Amino acid sequence: MKLLDEDSRFLEGDVKETMKSDSQRFLAGHVRDLPKSGIRDFFELVSQMTDVISLGVGEPDFVTPWHIREAAIYALEKGKTSYTSNYGLLKLRRAVSRYVTGQFGVDYNPDHEILITVGVSEALDTALRAIINPGDKVMYHEPCYVSYNPSIALAFGEAVPVETSAADQFALDPAKLEAAWTPGCKALILNFPTNPTGGTLDRPRLERIARFAVEKDLLVLSDEIYAELTFEGTHGAIASLPGMRERTIFLHGVSKAFAMTGFRIGFACGPAPLIEAMMKIHQYSMLCAPILSQEAAWEALERGGDSVARMRDQYRRRRDFVVRRFNEMGLPCHTPRGTFYTFPSIAATGMGEKEFAVNLLREERVAVVPGTAFGPCGAGFVRACFATGYDQLTEAMDRVERFVAKPSVCHV
Amino acid sequence: MNQVLQLLLDGEKLTPEQIGKVAGLSRGEVEKEFRALEERGILLGWRPVISPNAELENTVRAVIEVKITPEREGGFNRLAERIARFDEVESCHLMSGGYDLLVFARGRNLHQVASFVSEKLSTLEGVLSTATHFLLRSYKEQGYLLDVTGLEKTRPDVSP
Ligand SMILES: Cc1ncc(COP(=O)(O)O)c(C=O)c1O
Repeated sequence: MKLLDEDSRFLEGDVKETMKSDSQRFLAGHVRDLPKSGIRDFFELVSQMTDVISLGVGEPDFVTPWHIREAAIYALEKGKTSYTSNYGLLKLRRAVSRYVTGQFGVDYNPDHEILITVGVSEALDTALRAIINPGDKVMYHEPCYVSYNPSIALAFGEAVPVETSAADQFALDPAKLEAAWTPGCKALILNFPTNPTGGTLDRPRLERIARFAVEKDLLVLSDEIYAELTFEGTHGAIASLPGMRERTIFLHGVSKAFAMTGFRIGFACGPAPLIEAMMKIHQYSMLCAPILSQEAAWEALERGGDSVARMRDQYRRRRDFVVRRFNEMGLPCHTPRGTFYTFPSIAATGMGEKEFAVNLLREERVAVVPGTAFGPCGAGFVRACFATGYDQLTEAMDRVERFVAKPSVCHV
Repeated sequence: MNQVLQLLLDGEKLTPEQIGKVAGLSRGEVEKEFRALEERGILLGWRPVISPNAELENTVRAVIEVKITPEREGGFNRLAERIARFDEVESCHLMSGGYDLLVFARGRNLHQVASFVSEKLSTLEGVLSTATHFLLRSYKEQGYLLDVTGLEKTRPDVSP
C-alpha cells in the first residue's frame, strides 16, 4: 500500500522535524542529541485520526476509585493547599512504610528512609542524578520503559542494556546480565513485571541476580510500579533478599495499581544516606509533591486494597482473552504474568514493527506501539495494552485478525 | 466464579457473541451456560436497569416497613412469601431490627400504592403494622450512578 507522507517520515524516524533554527545553539549538547521518544512520534500520528481503538496506552482505563477521589476533594475542602515537608507528609510516609512492609516484606523508617516524589518518574530521575558520576555505567534490561535510557544519559551516565527475549518470556537471564557487566558498572535498574513485555522474574533468578549485585557491588534501582498487577505467583521484591536492602533503592508509586496516573505520586525507599541525597535534589527541583495528591495517595495505600484486587481481576480476564486471540490469529504472544501489556511477535507478517503499526492504524484504525520504542531488541514485536473495555477489545482483536489475514500481508 | 456470569456482572453491554469471544466459547455454549444459570436459580431473569428518575413520571415507588407475627412452624416465611407474590411488590426482605419485612413496592400512582397497603397488605392476618415511605428522587440504582454528566475522556491514545 502507498504510504502517506507522515507515515514514511515516521518510518524513517523523523516525524515533524521542525525548522532547525538558530535557537538550537542555545541547547546543551547532551539534550540536543537525546533521541525523540518513539512513543511521541506515534502519538502524533494517531492524534490526527478519528475512530481509532487504541491499545497504545500506558495507563489504566479505570477512573481512580471514588473513595480516593473523595479523599482529595475532602482535603481541598479542608483547605490543604500548602507545601509539605520536602520528604512528603509524615502520615503518608508512615503509610508507605506500613504498606511496603506488608506487601513486600521490607522495613523502612518513615523519618529518613522514604521520600515522596512526583511519580516514579521523578524518583528514578532523582535516584540516577544522586548516584551517577559522569561516565558511570548503569545496567538495565531491554525492552524496557522508555525513560531509562534517556534518564541515564541526562545524568551523564552510560547505558548498558541487557537484552531479554520472547523465548525466555522476557525474564532477565542472569547469565546475560553477568556477561554484559564491565568494570565501571555502578547500578542496575530492574523493572518486574516489565513495561512493555509483562515479563516477571522467578525466585531463583531473582536470587542469582541479587548475588551478582552483591559480588559486583551494584546498587539496584528496583522499579516496582506494576508489582500489584502480578497475576500468577507472588511478586518478590529484590530488596527483601539477604544483603539487598542496603544496596537497593526501592521505587514505587500509586499510578498503575490504584489507577492514579494523573495524581503523580511515587515514592523512593532506601538507606538513609541515599534517600537524603535524593531529597537534596528533590528539595531544590521539586520542593515537594502536591499535597492534595499526597492526601489521596494516603487513602489509596491505607484503604485501597479491595479496589486494587477488583481491577487486577479485570485485567487478568482481559489478558487471557487478548493473549488467546493473538495466538489464534498467528501472532505468537506469551502470557504476561503481570502488567496490562501484551507483547506479541509480528514477525510472521513479514512486516517490520513500525510498518505493522502504521499499516494497522491506517487500514483498521487500531493503535499499537512498535516494540522498538522500548529498545532495539523490541524489533519484530508490538506492545498492545489491554486496559480497555471488552467492547473495544473484542472489536480491536477482530480488526487485527482481519488485518493479518489480508493477502497483502505475507506470512513467512 | 463462572466466567460468563462474571462478564454479565461486570455490567458491560456485551452480545452473546462477544461474551463467547472473551470466554473462548461458541455462541451455543454461551447460551447453554445462560440456561444452566437459570436452571440452577442463579440467574433469575433479564431486564434493563432503568433510571428511577426517568420512570417517576408514571410510577410511584415506596419502601414499606412491615411488622408481622412469626408462626410456630416456618417463622416469617409463609407470610413473607405470600406478601412477595403481589404484583406491586418488587422485592421483599426479612430484616433484623425494629421491623420484620422491608418491602419495595411500585404502582402507577400514589392511590394505587396506598390501596395496596391499606386493602391488601395491612389487612392480612398476621400483619401487625406498616410504615410506608415514598421515594422522591434517586441518586444511584443497582450500582449505576444517575445524573452523571459523563466522565470526560482525558487519557491520551498513546502513552509510555
Ligand atoms: C516501568 C515504569 N516505570 C515508571 C513509570 C512512571 O510512573 P509514574 O506515573 O509513577 O511516574 C511507568 C509509566 O508508564 C512505567 O511503566
